[in-house]
Amino acid sequence: MINKTLERSVIVLSWAAASILVMSVAILLGFLFAKGLGTLSLKLLFGSTPPLAAITLRQQVFDGLFPAVAGTFLLVICSTITAIPIGIAGGIFMAEYAGIRQKAFFSLLFDILAGIPSIIIGLAGLSLTIFLHRLFPGRLGPSLMISALSLALLVLPYLIRSTQNALESVDPLIRLTAPALGASRIQNVVKVLLPNSMADIIGGIILAVGRCAEDTAVIMLTGAVAVAGVPHDPLSQYEALPFYIYYISSQYGSPDELASGYGAAILLLALCTCLLIFAFVIQKRLVTLLLYR
Amino acid sequence: MAEIFGKTPVPGSGEMGKRTLLEHLFTIAALVSAVLTGAVFVFLAVFAIPLIKNGLFFQLLFSNWLPQQHLYGIYPMLAASTMLASLSLALSFPVSLFTSFFITAVAPRQLRMVLLYIVRFMTGIPTVVYSFAALFLLVPLMRAILGRGSGMSILTAVPVLSLLIAPTMIIFFVNSFQRIPSSTILAADSLGATPVQKVLYVIVPQAWPGILNGLLLGLGRAIGDTMVSLMLAGNSPTVPQSLADSARTLTAHIGLVLAFDFDSMEFKSVFVSGLVLYVSTAIIMSIFRITSTISTGRRK
Repeated sequence: MINKTLERSVIVLSWAAASILVMSVAILLGFLFAKGLGTLSLKLLFGSTPPLAAITLRQQVFDGLFPAVAGTFLLVICSTITAIPIGIAGGIFMAEYAGIRQKAFFSLLFDILAGIPSIIIGLAGLSLTIFLHRLFPGRLGPSLMISALSLALLVLPYLIRSTQNALESVDPLIRLTAPALGASRIQNVVKVLLPNSMADIIGGIILAVGRCAEDTAVIMLTGAVAVAGVPHDPLSQYEALPFYIYYISSQYGSPDELASGYGAAILLLALCTCLLIFAFVIQKRLVTLLLYR
Repeated sequence: MAEIFGKTPVPGSGEMGKRTLLEHLFTIAALVSAVLTGAVFVFLAVFAIPLIKNGLFFQLLFSNWLPQQHLYGIYPMLAASTMLASLSLALSFPVSLFTSFFITAVAPRQLRMVLLYIVRFMTGIPTVVYSFAALFLLVPLMRAILGRGSGMSILTAVPVLSLLIAPTMIIFFVNSFQRIPSSTILAADSLGATPVQKVLYVIVPQAWPGILNGLLLGLGRAIGDTMVSLMLAGNSPTVPQSLADSARTLTAHIGLVLAFDFDSMEFKSVFVSGLVLYVSTAIIMSIFRITSTISTGRRK
């Protein structure tokens, strides 16, 4: 028996739910932009330091976001460089070499790793730091390196999963052609399957970059600090955009500092959104390039 | 396992030898990732074992946080985490489910894509940005409404956390709706079903494992989120008596970094919090894996 009232209420509730969702996001972000758009300028990044001198590291920036941006940039580079080889190789194993039982076992582990709260990864990083500090007193402490390694662990399951999915979704026709012509398994993987799924793999990498850039919980336990300048040494503490936003939210001393917090939030939001769009475009663009070349 | 180290490269051809080495590296990479997952657990467990042996573990788990009386229990945080996560899920689940109905069937065709793009965009919004905006918009508002306290409370954190976990659930729901075999959908179409009827009587009854899994992922994110509760819930280490009370979750308790000394009671309480979070996540993800296996098995 078809229930007309039920169907009507589903329609009404669906419209209501979608509007509530969109409006909440619009209000939060609208508030952020209303407060922060005015602060967006080169001065937000470089303060009173000449931009060129700051970028070439000839002068330190004391009243701008440049050190935090540079810290986030270095952090993302270090952690993705660590995670990419392991993640992609692990993904290839999962898609092409793992037996059914191995696959089930590893899948569960990687799901758990993906599901662990990032603060736990931070706690592991912190404990590692304390441990290393005891082994080598005075030489190792919370640092860029520890944060980068922890973040690499955080994004590892995403890289494995996106590589695995990309390889598994290669058209069976393409998958079977090279082996039929006598190619070995590894030749098929390296010369056919990887090039064919490159778009999705790169998309996964870009999403992992975004995850590294936005994460706050890991870095606040492993070495991000409020004032450190541009990091010169992987074993030094550093500034980062997300941590700056968190720090300002509780410790701002003047309206100017608070305004730079809004500016930093918009900057981080813009960065993550760009990465997200970039990932989508690359996945679509490369797919079309491969199909219509 | 013997395959990894036991087999020597194929003799005679240097090229083939190199290739097999590469193949071994794939396996090693997967093993390394798996070992690291285990290592995080072992790290937490090794620290917790002495606590379990001398009975301190359960004492920490179920007593209050009163450092003046030498009580370092995490029961208040456990209660706060449970409350915050379940309330957020209770608010976010219906909104997400109906939004995914909207995207799958109810909305006009062009609007569906627009909304899907908005939801994808939402997945990319950094948690700390959400919390920052809410801290200066929602907290003063709550302070005015409640008329007491700082405005940081469970009630302040719940809507933000709901907003944070919604896109995860929506994308999962929409994907699981779209995986329903097209033959079933076409059969419903040919019987003259309206879009809403298709959702209610065809899609939802078949897609329940997907709905359950989306719910589990949402729960995992809600329990595991740090920044929202740290910045908006107030962090007071007492068992919340009402929704308007300030509360400290397990994640926030870790995030506050109370000590750097392994032997201090503060650090032990942080480790117990970590272990509780790890174990609950592992349980959630195991159920997730079982349901996804069931649902893919059924489809074959």
